[in-house]
Amino acid sequence: MVEHYLSLAIKSIFVENILLAYFLGMCSFLACSKKIETAVGLGIAVVFVMTITTPMNWAINHFLLAPGALAWAGLPQADLSFLSFIAFIAVIAAMVQIVEMVIDRYSPALYAALGIFLPLIAVNCAILGASLLMDERDYNFGESLVFGVGSGIGWALAIVAMAAIRKKLQYSNVPRPLRGLGITMLMTGLMAMGFLCFAGISF
Amino acid sequence: MAESLFSRKNKKVFKDGLWDNNPITFQILGICSTLAVTTQLKTALVMSASLTFVVAMSNVAISLMRNWIPSKIRIIVQLSVISLLVILADQFLKAYMYDVSKQLSVFVGLIITNCIVMGRAEAYAMANPPWKSFLDGLGNGLGYSGILVIVGTIREILGSGTLLGAPVIPQSFYDAGYINCGVMVIAPGAFFLLGIIIWIQRAISGYAEDS
Repeated sequence: MVEHYLSLAIKSIFVENILLAYFLGMCSFLACSKKIETAVGLGIAVVFVMTITTPMNWAINHFLLAPGALAWAGLPQADLSFLSFIAFIAVIAAMVQIVEMVIDRYSPALYAALGIFLPLIAVNCAILGASLLMDERDYNFGESLVFGVGSGIGWALAIVAMAAIRKKLQYSNVPRPLRGLGITMLMTGLMAMGFLCFAGISF
Repeated sequence: MAESLFSRKNKKVFKDGLWDNNPITFQILGICSTLAVTTQLKTALVMSASLTFVVAMSNVAISLMRNWIPSKIRIIVQLSVISLLVILADQFLKAYMYDVSKQLSVFVGLIITNCIVMGRAEAYAMANPPWKSFLDGLGNGLGYSGILVIVGTIREILGSGTLLGAPVIPQSFYDAGYINCGVMVIAPGAFFLLGIIIWIQRAISGYAEDS
């Protein structure tokens, strides 16, 4: 049992990294990887929000939306799964708001560090993507929790690594039209290749 | 309303998204789906059509409501309008193109968080009349589609030797020792290809970043 969860965690962090294998969360990855500090801040915020929203959306899906999920309310025929997109995005937007308020109340230092990144996360496709993938693969509660944490860590790892590479890159002479986005894409490609090497690890 | 529907100014709005201000290569928006759905041309085409529909319609809807949306809750209003349109597109694909919809898996749903849609709604539709917003959405949607089709075509030809499922590389090539380029099918190939396309587009349009 533990092995199953461990292997799922390894898979979601390294082998099927949500950024490098599924291309989710690219926009903020490209926009916020210029400085290591911002990358770390955004990474932590993503891990945080994803850990909460993925199991939360699992519960919403399992108890309200999936076909037959409303049996407890006397409606065994109801199938609200077409509402899943709007329900997931609403949960994410609401969670981000709540997390923001809670952090502001209890840890002003963390709030100051994460402040500007939290609202951005509501529209980060990695968060919604993790929920949708969880739905598509029929994970149970434990699996969706591990998957949420693992994907978040994987994403954070990738953006911090990228920020470090871009810092080095400032000292190299890149052709003018390739600067910025172009070279970053090529570097990400190399990084994705590197992460593919983890494919052999399994428990 | 002295301006005609296809005046030069309106054409400029449309053309802006197509080339000069291309959402992918210039504004760096909507990269996620560009890479994920382009292993085959077919999925790329379906995805382009869905996104163009969503971005154009959401621009119109938000532009119509722009004077009634309180600015504090505008993000959530925009998200609901966009989700509604995405659900329509998703249900349509599930009903009429079930195979493609299975291949696209979560990426149709992810149009909701596609930055192009949100970005155009926020940056253009909130401040401009419906017809112009429609043209802007259409231009940006087609600009996105253009890049998607290019990436999809190259990846399918090099990666699987087919185009829209039909083989294009003659058997004699394979007999002579040619093999399909496997890297194009997996994730890194997508990154390399898009990096190169951005390079070429920027070399032609003369735009460069400072860093």
